[in-house]
Amino acid sequence: MNKHQLDHAKEQIKERMDEVDKSLPVGTSVMQKNRKKTKKVRSDIKVLQVNNLQVSFRTYGGEVEAVRGVSFNLHQGETLAIVGESGCGKSVTSNAIMGLIPQPAGIIKNGSVLFKGKELTSMSKSQLRKIQGVDISMIFQDPMTALNPTLTIGEQLTEGLRTHKRVSKQEAKQKAIEMLELVGIPNPTERLKQFPHQFSGGMRQRIVIAIALICEPELLIADEPTTALDVTIQAQILELFEEIQQKTNISIILITHDLGVVAKIADRIAVMYAGKIVEIGDKRAIFYTPEHPYTKGLLNSVPRLDLVGEELQPIEGTPPDLFSPPKGCPFTARCPYAMEVCEHVYPFTKAISESHAVDCWLQDERAKALQELS
Amino acid sequence: MGKYIVKRFIMMIATILIIASLTFVLMHLIPGSPFDGERTTNPTIQANLEKFYKLDQPLHIQYLSYLKSIVTFDFGPSIKKPNESVNELLARGFPISFELGMATILVALLSGIILGTIASLRHNGLVDYFAMTFAVVGISVPNFVLATLLIQQLAVKWDLLPAATWSSPLHMILPIIALATGPTAIIARLTRSSMLEVLTQDYIKMARAKGLSPARIIVRHALRNALMPVVTILGTMLAGILTGTFVIERIFAIPGMGKYFVESINNRDYPVIMGTTVFYSAFLVFMLFIVDIAYGLLDPRIKLHRKEGDA
Repeated sequence: MNKHQLDHAKEQIKERMDEVDKSLPVGTSVMQKNRKKTKKVRSDIKVLQVNNLQVSFRTYGGEVEAVRGVSFNLHQGETLAIVGESGCGKSVTSNAIMGLIPQPAGIIKNGSVLFKGKELTSMSKSQLRKIQGVDISMIFQDPMTALNPTLTIGEQLTEGLRTHKRVSKQEAKQKAIEMLELVGIPNPTERLKQFPHQFSGGMRQRIVIAIALICEPELLIADEPTTALDVTIQAQILELFEEIQQKTNISIILITHDLGVVAKIADRIAVMYAGKIVEIGDKRAIFYTPEHPYTKGLLNSVPRLDLVGEELQPIEGTPPDLFSPPKGCPFTARCPYAMEVCEHVYPFTKAISESHAVDCWLQDERAKALQELS
Repeated sequence: MGKYIVKRFIMMIATILIIASLTFVLMHLIPGSPFDGERTTNPTIQANLEKFYKLDQPLHIQYLSYLKSIVTFDFGPSIKKPNESVNELLARGFPISFELGMATILVALLSGIILGTIASLRHNGLVDYFAMTFAVVGISVPNFVLATLLIQQLAVKWDLLPAATWSSPLHMILPIIALATGPTAIIARLTRSSMLEVLTQDYIKMARAKGLSPARIIVRHALRNALMPVVTILGTMLAGILTGTFVIERIFAIPGMGKYFVESINNRDYPVIMGTTVFYSAFLVFMLFIVDIAYGLLDPRIKLHRKEGDA
C-alpha cells in the first residue's frame, strides 16, 4: 500500500465521519429499531426507553461527564445487564432512571427516559415519588448498609406500601409477611419485629428485595445486588431473581461487573465504557461473538476453568478521565486494534444483526479494507 | 432490662457515696469553720454552738452521722440561717433551678437540632454558613458575657424585657437565651456533622428510592440515626447547664439553688454544702441513667442487658 492510497483512504473516512456526525445525533442507535425476540422475551411492550441520556456532575475540579449519551430499550419480562468497569457510568445511568441523581451536583444534561410512555427526566420530585418504589424499584449493592439500623424490618417493609397505596396497617403487615415468604425468610411473622442487625447478609439482601417488590413494580433496577455477598449466597439470590421474574413478569436492569452473574440471568447485555454503551446485544451474541475490542478484553479477563494453565489477559491501562473525555473512541488508548481515526471521531453504531449492535470503527468497510491492505 | 436497672441503681448509690465522701473530706480540708467571721465569737458560745452542731466530735463520728443524714435525707438546719432547714432551702431553690435548667435544655435541644438539620440539608449553602458562624460564636462567648450583653441591650437600652428576677414567663426569656446559646451551638454542630454523614448512607438512598416524602426521610430515617452523638453529650451537657446556672442565677438574681450552693461554701455552712452537693450529684447521676436508657431506645443495636452467662 503506497502513501497515496493511504491518504486517499484517510480522506474518504474523514468525509464519511462528517456525514455521520451530521446525520446521527450522539447515542441514537440503529439497534432500537432492530430487535429480536429471545426465548424468554415474549412481550413487545417496551417498559423503558432510554434515549441519548447524558448525566454530568459539577465538582470543584470541573464537570465530570459520567454518562455521555446512553440509549437502550427494555421490554416487559426482560433482564438487561449493564456491565463495565468501575466508574464507567453504569450506576449513574441506573440512578438517573430512578431519579436519584444527587442534587445539586448531578444534572441530567440531555436525553429522555420514557417509562411506559411517561417522561421521567422532566417530572417534578413529587410526581417522581409516585413512581419511585411503586412502578420502579431499586436494589442496592450492600445489604449491610441498605437497611436502616434503627427501624424494624416490618416497618421498613410496610412504609412504602403505606405511603403509596391505601392499605390498613393490618393489610400492610399481611402483605409484608407474604413478601418475606416469597423471598424465602422463615418465620416471617416473628421476623417482622426484628431489626436488621439480627439478620445475616444474605437474609438482609432478601429483605431488601422484598422491600423493592412489595408494591409490585414493573421495573426493578438491581445495582450490583450480589457483589457484597459470598458465592453460595450469590447463587441463591440470582435464583430468587429468576423465580420472581417467572412469577411476576417484571423487567430487570442488572448493573454488575461480574460476567458470571450476567451469564446466569441476563437476556441481553449492554457493555458500557467511559459513559457510553459500546456494545449491546443478546447474551449469546455478546458471549460468543463479541465485536468490540473492549468486550473481547472483558471476556478474556474472566478466569475460565477450561483453560487451565493459561494466564489471564487483563486489559492494559485505565479508563479515560471523564473530566475531559476523549473526542474519539474512549477505548483508543487501550485498544490493540486502534487506528488513527479512532482518536478523532467517535464511531457510529453498527448493527451486526437484529439484536446486536456495536460502536467501533473496525466495523467500517473501509477500516476492514485498510487492515487487509496493511 | 430489669437486671440492668438494678445493677445501674447499685452503681448510682456507690457513685453518690463516693462523691459525698470526697465532699466531706474536701469540706474539712478547707481551713476555717462556720463561726469564723469578722466578729470574734465568745469562746463559750462557740463551744456550745460546736456542740450543738456536733462539730466538737472526732471526724469519723461526724462522717458517720453525715452518712446517716444522707440516707435519711435530713441534713438538719443551716448553720448561717438556723431557722431554716437544708431541706427547706432545697425545696425552695430547686424547683426554680430545675425550671431554668430544663427550659434551657429544651430550648437548646429543639433549636440546636432544627438548626443543625437545616444546615446539613443546605450543606455549603448560605443557611449552613450562617448557622455554623452562629455556632462558633455561641460556643466561644461565655454565658455570663452574653447575659450582661443581653441585659444591657434588651433590658436596659431597649426596655423590651425585664432585666432580672424570676416571676413571669417574660422574666425567663433572657436567662434562658443566655444559658441555652452555648449548648444550642454545640448541639447544632453535632447534629449537622452527624446528619451529613447519615444522609450519605445507603439506607437514606433506599428510603428515597421507596418514594417516601422528604419529611419522613429526614425525621424517621435520618434524624433518628443522627441523634446518637447528641444523646451521648446530653448527659455531660446537663451537668454543664446545671452548674452554669450558678453564674446566670447570680446575674439575673434568680432565687435558685445556685446561690445557696456558692454561699454555703464561702460560709463553711457544712449542712448546706452536704445537702446541695448530695442532691445535685444524685440528680445528675439519675439524669445520666435516663440518657443511657434513651440510648437503648434510640438504637436497637445497643443492648442494655447482657446475655446470660456473659456477665
